[in-house]
Amino acid sequence: MRVENHPILGESRQPDTYIYFDGKKIPAVTGEPVAAALVAAGVRTFRYTAKKNQPRSLFCGIGRCNDCKMVVDGVPNVRTCVTPVREGMDVRTQHGLGEGDVTHE
Amino acid sequence: MNKNLIVIVGAGPAGLSAAIQAAGAGAKVMLIDENQKPGGQLFKQIHKFFGSRAHKAGVRGVDIGRQLLAETESKGVEVHLGYPVYGVYPDGRVVYGSAEGVRSIQADRVILATGAIENNLCFEGSTLPGVMTAGAAQTMINEHRVLPGKNVVMIGSGNVGLIISYQLMQAGATVQALVEAAPAIGGYAVHAAKLKRSAVPIYLSHTVNRVWGDGKVEKVELIALDEHFNKIDGTEKVLDADTVCMAVGLTPMVELASLAGCRLAENGTMGGLIPLHDENMRTSNPIYYVAGDIAGVEEASTAIEEGRLAGIAAAESLGLGTAEAQEKKQAVRENLAALRSGAFGQRRFQAKEEIVKEFYREAEV
Amino acid sequence: MKDVKYSGVLDQELLASLPGVPDAARLELGPVACIECAQEIPCNPCKEACPRGAITVEPGLTALPHLDASKCNGCGLCIARCPGLSIFNVHKNYTETTSLVSFPYEYLPQPKQGDQVRCAGRDGLFLTMGTVHKVLSPAAYDHTTVVTVEVPKEYCMSVRTIQRGGFDK
Repeated sequence: MRVENHPILGESRQPDTYIYFDGKKIPAVTGEPVAAALVAAGVRTFRYTAKKNQPRSLFCGIGRCNDCKMVVDGVPNVRTCVTPVREGMDVRTQHGLGEGDVTHE
Repeated sequence: MNKNLIVIVGAGPAGLSAAIQAAGAGAKVMLIDENQKPGGQLFKQIHKFFGSRAHKAGVRGVDIGRQLLAETESKGVEVHLGYPVYGVYPDGRVVYGSAEGVRSIQADRVILATGAIENNLCFEGSTLPGVMTAGAAQTMINEHRVLPGKNVVMIGSGNVGLIISYQLMQAGATVQALVEAAPAIGGYAVHAAKLKRSAVPIYLSHTVNRVWGDGKVEKVELIALDEHFNKIDGTEKVLDADTVCMAVGLTPMVELASLAGCRLAENGTMGGLIPLHDENMRTSNPIYYVAGDIAGVEEASTAIEEGRLAGIAAAESLGLGTAEAQEKKQAVRENLAALRSGAFGQRRFQAKEEIVKEFYREAEV
Repeated sequence: MKDVKYSGVLDQELLASLPGVPDAARLELGPVACIECAQEIPCNPCKEACPRGAITVEPGLTALPHLDASKCNGCGLCIARCPGLSIFNVHKNYTETTSLVSFPYEYLPQPKQGDQVRCAGRDGLFLTMGTVHKVLSPAAYDHTTVVTVEVPKEYCMSVRTIQRGGFDK
């Protein structure tokens, strides 16, 4: 959910772009991290762990803990809390260590 | 040629303040931060700061951040954002990632202002989506303007837990409970009073026993603790919540200081292992200075003052701004002493004194 | 006296002992600030906020704010300047039967003049209905709105906020 109006910060920027989450189009604000767009869209699970298949989501929000890693544009293990959205970005739930082009720069 | 180059790692309140002073004294300053935006955690601090006029009291943290940024820019400081520092060498070489790949630069002085990382707690269900650090929630609501949940249980009654609980309510959430393992509220009463006026239940001598739900937080079970922090069976209480936030302290990020060979020492009051430093914020490796939470977890206002101190002193050690340095440092030290006074600040004042004493004791060995 | 660090709520005994809280006699004389600051924290913007020099924080930065209630005219300028949001304004004898209480309010929605509101105490619990008398939020207050409610006189030292949420005309 977005905080559209705030007593101190005033009105927020409206979504002006979009990304795809598991193939579904969701709105996003240019410059915000992928994780923010996902949280705003009500997405809870970002990835499932390799050994026990447990759900993980946003935890530290500043790129330290690695809980929010997902497959972004085919690249696994991208920290979504510090990766800015780009129009049409393809974001997918990560399973385990992730599949995709691990050599991709 | 990079004569008199001071590299500052971390563009939070300490790093920015250091940059302003060092550049003002005539040093060439390169400020590096791995984040896309400068300011560290300052832009999430939407409350009015304490202190006096000298500490910009009464101004919201976010506005102090804007002022520091404007000043940094006006001083012509080279700011590199999105550049992670991978390592440093004891001789002052700093290795960082850039758009062009991994690069390194030889600095005459390095100021480490890397900040701190939030601690976390383990309990049954603590990895469920919806359990997060208080800082993550604050980042979401105040920086990205996204509400991570509607019904929040906050763990920890230090100022961070109290302030972020309040800010979650300002963003439209309900705080179902503030839970504190200790028998007393840890932070300022004025912050706790704001929560109480909004009828937030405060559970002292309690902790979160477990959290559960279908793939996400749905229920939070609290349990009372005895005076030895043991759980008391039969006191469980279940709340409906979709978010659990942890505000259980911070730990200084000392990795780079360790690589630089700076001597570290354990200090419980200041958050754990920290680089020993002298009254100029200089570490045992004379090329390296520290400022802000890396030198002991305090507040943004103290980080600003320590940054200024390190910036003035690092430049002075290169023979820059020496005429005004003493006077400026004295003023900063007075500001710091004021912020570290009173019932809450005294322990930190003493801890800092102890760190400096330990620095000289170790130096003698 | 129950220490505020256990409850987050100042009790009457502690309040009466604070140097920033006016005594009962002063309350009778007209509007006055009520500085509910009970811990020695490093902070003094209230001192600078007062154009009449009625507030002092001495010695040092951590002393409790002292209100010279004879100098205070209840102008309310200090309310929004307190970073702890712990200054209130009380005009006990506004009418025969009602008082005005002013407090900082940083939530949405903001109440409007004339709204009937649910007034609450320091613990957030409902005390009485009140009428919004004034809502001030000039730029100088930097988004800390100061709300004044008119409440039955017996609540002038207990009402300190309004409950969040919808307000009725």
